[in-house]
Amino acid sequence: MKFTLEWLKDHLDTSLSPDEIGKALTMIGLEVESIEDQGAALQSFVVGHVVSADKHPNADKLRVCKVDAGTGELIDVVCGAPNARTGLKTVFAFPGTFIPGTDFTLTKGNIRGAASNGMLCSARELLLSDDHSGIIELADDAPIGARYVDVAGINGVVFDISLTPNRGDAAGVYGIARDLAAFGAGTLKAFSVPEQVSTGGKGSIPVDLRFGADEPKVCRMFSGRLITGVKNGPSPEWLQTRLRAVGLRPISALVDITNLISLDRARPLHVYDADKLTGGIHARMATPGETVLALDGKTYTLDPSICVIADDAKALGIAGIIGGEPSGCTDETVNVFVESAWFEPDGIAAAGRKLGIVSDARYRFERTVDPESVLPGLEMATWLITMLCGGVVHVPEVAGHVASPRTVIDFPLAEVARLTGLQTPASEIEAILKRLGFALDGTGDRRRVTVPSWRPDVTMKADLAEEIMRMVGVDNVPKEPLPRLHHVAPRMLTTLQNRRRLARRVLAARGLDEAVTWSFISAAEAEQFGGGSADLKLANPIASELTDMRPSLLPGLLGAAQRNTNRGFADLKLFEVGQVFLSLSPSGQHSHASGLRMGGSRHWQGTDTVSVFDAKADLAALLDVLGHDIDKLQLVAEPARWSHPGRGGRVQLGPKTIIGWFGEIHPDLLAAYDLPGPVAAFELDLDALPEPRRKPTRAKTALKLSDLMPLSRDFAFLVDRDVEAAAVLKAARGADKALVSSAEVFDLFDGKGIPEGKKSIAIAVGLQPTDHTLTDEEIDRVSAAIIAAVGKATGGVLRA
Amino acid sequence: MSLDATIGSLKAEISAAVAAAADEGAIEAVRVAALGKKGSVSALLASLGSMAPDERKTAGATINALKTEVTALIEAKASVLKRAALDARLAAERVDVTLPVRAPATAEGRIHPISQVIDEITAIFSDMGFSIAEGPDIETDWYNFTALNFPEGHPAREMHDTFFMAPSPDGVKRVLRTHTSPVQVRTMLKSNEKPEAAYLTPAIDPPIRVVMPGRTYRHDSDQTHTPMFHQVEGLVIDKQSHIGQLRWVLEEFLKAFFEVEAVTLRFRPSFFPFTEPSMEVDVQCDRSGAEVKIGEGTDWLEILGCGMVHPNVLRNCGLDPDVYQGFAWGMGIDRLAMLKYGMNDLRAFFDADKRWLDHYGFRPLDLPTLFGGLSS
Repeated sequence: MKFTLEWLKDHLDTSLSPDEIGKALTMIGLEVESIEDQGAALQSFVVGHVVSADKHPNADKLRVCKVDAGTGELIDVVCGAPNARTGLKTVFAFPGTFIPGTDFTLTKGNIRGAASNGMLCSARELLLSDDHSGIIELADDAPIGARYVDVAGINGVVFDISLTPNRGDAAGVYGIARDLAAFGAGTLKAFSVPEQVSTGGKGSIPVDLRFGADEPKVCRMFSGRLITGVKNGPSPEWLQTRLRAVGLRPISALVDITNLISLDRARPLHVYDADKLTGGIHARMATPGETVLALDGKTYTLDPSICVIADDAKALGIAGIIGGEPSGCTDETVNVFVESAWFEPDGIAAAGRKLGIVSDARYRFERTVDPESVLPGLEMATWLITMLCGGVVHVPEVAGHVASPRTVIDFPLAEVARLTGLQTPASEIEAILKRLGFALDGTGDRRRVTVPSWRPDVTMKADLAEEIMRMVGVDNVPKEPLPRLHHVAPRMLTTLQNRRRLARRVLAARGLDEAVTWSFISAAEAEQFGGGSADLKLANPIASELTDMRPSLLPGLLGAAQRNTNRGFADLKLFEVGQVFLSLSPSGQHSHASGLRMGGSRHWQGTDTVSVFDAKADLAALLDVLGHDIDKLQLVAEPARWSHPGRGGRVQLGPKTIIGWFGEIHPDLLAAYDLPGPVAAFELDLDALPEPRRKPTRAKTALKLSDLMPLSRDFAFLVDRDVEAAAVLKAARGADKALVSSAEVFDLFDGKGIPEGKKSIAIAVGLQPTDHTLTDEEIDRVSAAIIAAVGKATGGVLRA
Repeated sequence: MSLDATIGSLKAEISAAVAAAADEGAIEAVRVAALGKKGSVSALLASLGSMAPDERKTAGATINALKTEVTALIEAKASVLKRAALDARLAAERVDVTLPVRAPATAEGRIHPISQVIDEITAIFSDMGFSIAEGPDIETDWYNFTALNFPEGHPAREMHDTFFMAPSPDGVKRVLRTHTSPVQVRTMLKSNEKPEAAYLTPAIDPPIRVVMPGRTYRHDSDQTHTPMFHQVEGLVIDKQSHIGQLRWVLEEFLKAFFEVEAVTLRFRPSFFPFTEPSMEVDVQCDRSGAEVKIGEGTDWLEILGCGMVHPNVLRNCGLDPDVYQGFAWGMGIDRLAMLKYGMNDLRAFFDADKRWLDHYGFRPLDLPTLFGGLSS
């Protein structure tokens, strides 16, 4: 909301500088967005007279103008504005002038073959309004060469503040002045509107509220008054200047008066040309499909959730948001009907949102307009209209009534100290509240506080504490340390939080970069990864490729891989630790740690390509740091749906407790993401890992070390090709649990010399004697046991 | 031939052989030929046995002198040859050390700034006795709005640009949480039921000190807004916490976080449905250069919102607002990261551009702690 210093001073007696006022506004919660010295930026713009405007020889839409800017010679200016015409007085900028609206400094130029030594300006180029339909048109008597700011009266300081949704009272300059005065930034000036006596008797336009029992009563009170015999036309210069300075376009005296009161009193009004009305005026909900041609020139199609103001024939305007074009006032209007009404904030907000209309009226009604301002607003409008346009005043018509809550709050004064820590004396609390318009009675440590009609946002004692703090200044609240704990801080992270933290660190330590990708992905991706159910879709996605809550982190990582590849970086190692969504309920949200590797480096020592075993190694390292040995978990050749069917596996505690997957991405998916293969990926469900068992002591089991040298024996088995290495190792490890301490695969071969359908697995078995050095016979015996066990478990035979 | 003549010629012969020996094998052959069991010097020594004692005495000394001399000669040459052989081997083993090494598969990756900043925030608040609480990203309308004193249809709901979930069969309205504040409710509102998921920390009785980091969502996308972002919420509930303490907590936190000697904060009264009084907080900074410098300068930058927990929220969470009170604040993690570490485009946080991650990410062992420092 914008206002000028001059306007503020109509209501506030203050000696503060604009900066000091700005600081005060911010400190009382009326946040200053900008303080602009309008005149300052526009000092070098002058009144120019377009002596001639001829068509540009080389461009249909441009004109070559000769402009008299008071320098004694005519200046050539090329201008594209449709209203650049001979005889026009407009705003001229010399080369070297900074044009605030376009953020550049003007230079001499040549536009399509014609010299241009200056610029004729639109209101938008001067940041005066959004109007860029043509250059500014000045009165014919504007003195050539004079400073535009002097001619237009733009010499004020303009404040722009941003209002929170609760402060409808500050949506008018008077309310802002009241707040500043309460803060001590000046004295509020007394102001009253003389009573408007009706001399015309009862008007001919009755008003009414027409809402069905089951309809929201969006309009609670509607009042209006007929004023006959007015003379409309441009409003006086002071009024035009005032509106222009805050970015409003002057229309006519009648309209400008309503805008003035809206901005000054936070009291929106509307004026109708009474001769364009059919019968009476009422408020009602729109009929389905009803249309209104609004003052912004657009036609809006309405529905029964939107309140309209209508006459007996049709809807005239959209209640509390925007008036209609056909019933609006023009320079020819002689009989005017002035509306002052009260609308429900929620109803106006919803309608405004639905229609996408931003207006000064909506801005105020959705923040709640003072319910006691309906008739005073009508009086003020009457006063100004008769003052500026004359006319005969008729008796006001009123329908409905809106009660001011006038809430009474039982206020213990200690509440201020309790909530804020401020030690404000009772006398100061009383004085502040009174300056803000609250009425107090009672003594001692409590007061009964009556809330003024313009502050419906204040409903309870915490609100009053805020009022005190606002006025004393939050910066004056003494800082006080939070008491320290009287013990060493307990553990801060839960097991799961710690797991996520460890997972990140170990994966980064293994060379993967951490990505953070969207929680939502496309429907196609969700389906590819086992998601895509109807209830995990967004009702209002922001983009068509961000519609479904992700069932896996891999789509996000694959998308990232694709983007990086497209940028020329195909050697990638990425991971994400984050949430996936398996169902709507909180328990359907799991934390996953997933990653992928792709590409690989060509090197003089040999070229790396990624494979399923890189993914398995990442998963194993991840499990290790989380306290699980991958070799002690069940590892089954049941690949994930995203995996190459022959190059992927699953890690589980049991068939029902699956904790992770690893594998190479399926070629179909590689094609979908346009990635060169192979890509090795893994997923770990951190929620599926069991909580570590609570042990009564942190002591580790006693360490037993043997003094005897361990020894190692190698075996090569010929097995069927589909025999899993894990089965061979498991059999070997189990052959003599007392002696066998390890078993590892050190060679795998299925080439020359190996029968079709077979492979050779060579394993090294570690033996750890415990009480005596093994004899050759004992070693032979355990070797035989290993061979027998492997044979029994896998059908493997020792290679000759 | 006299013994002397024999020795003389033997010596000359061996000397010539030693001189001629070109490698370790050759000198070993010379040694065997002279000093081996059947060697020439050994044979001469053996001949002593057949001599008369007198003769043996003098001849023995002479022959032994020969042996000593020959041994020394051979050893000296062997040593030279051994060194030469080693030198030759080393020369042959020479490699081009300028060849680049293979980057190990475990060359360090990087931690995302968001994770790092969450760890930094956690480290600071652990010192003030806070714990961490979490809630689900898919929230019910009740937790996200109603319990937080956003009345149905209130314009304040609209300020949140909410993502709604598709209608679900159970009829419960669900949204993607627009802020981390619903976790406040989950922390305060005691229930008889066990939390339905492990990450949901159970509600606790006051005194409460929790921080709540997490993902949040708003239907908004431009240069400075992404539809998903991260917030951290703080909540203190007991019987006496007030705005004076809130000011202290935020100032101490920001000082520690930005690792500066002092920060100047400006508290502006504002409006949030779930706090009363409500404030927005600006931090004084210098924005004249390419990066924002906290702790100096004359500009103000809005950094967080805060206030005393609204009595209606306390009531909705089963706490009596005349007994319990406290404060809450919320701020953007992504924004804190941008301010501290100088990134200028929020959207890049979620793009996973390897170059960005490598540049702005953190080493895996850069663990933010208070004892070791938040950042290196």
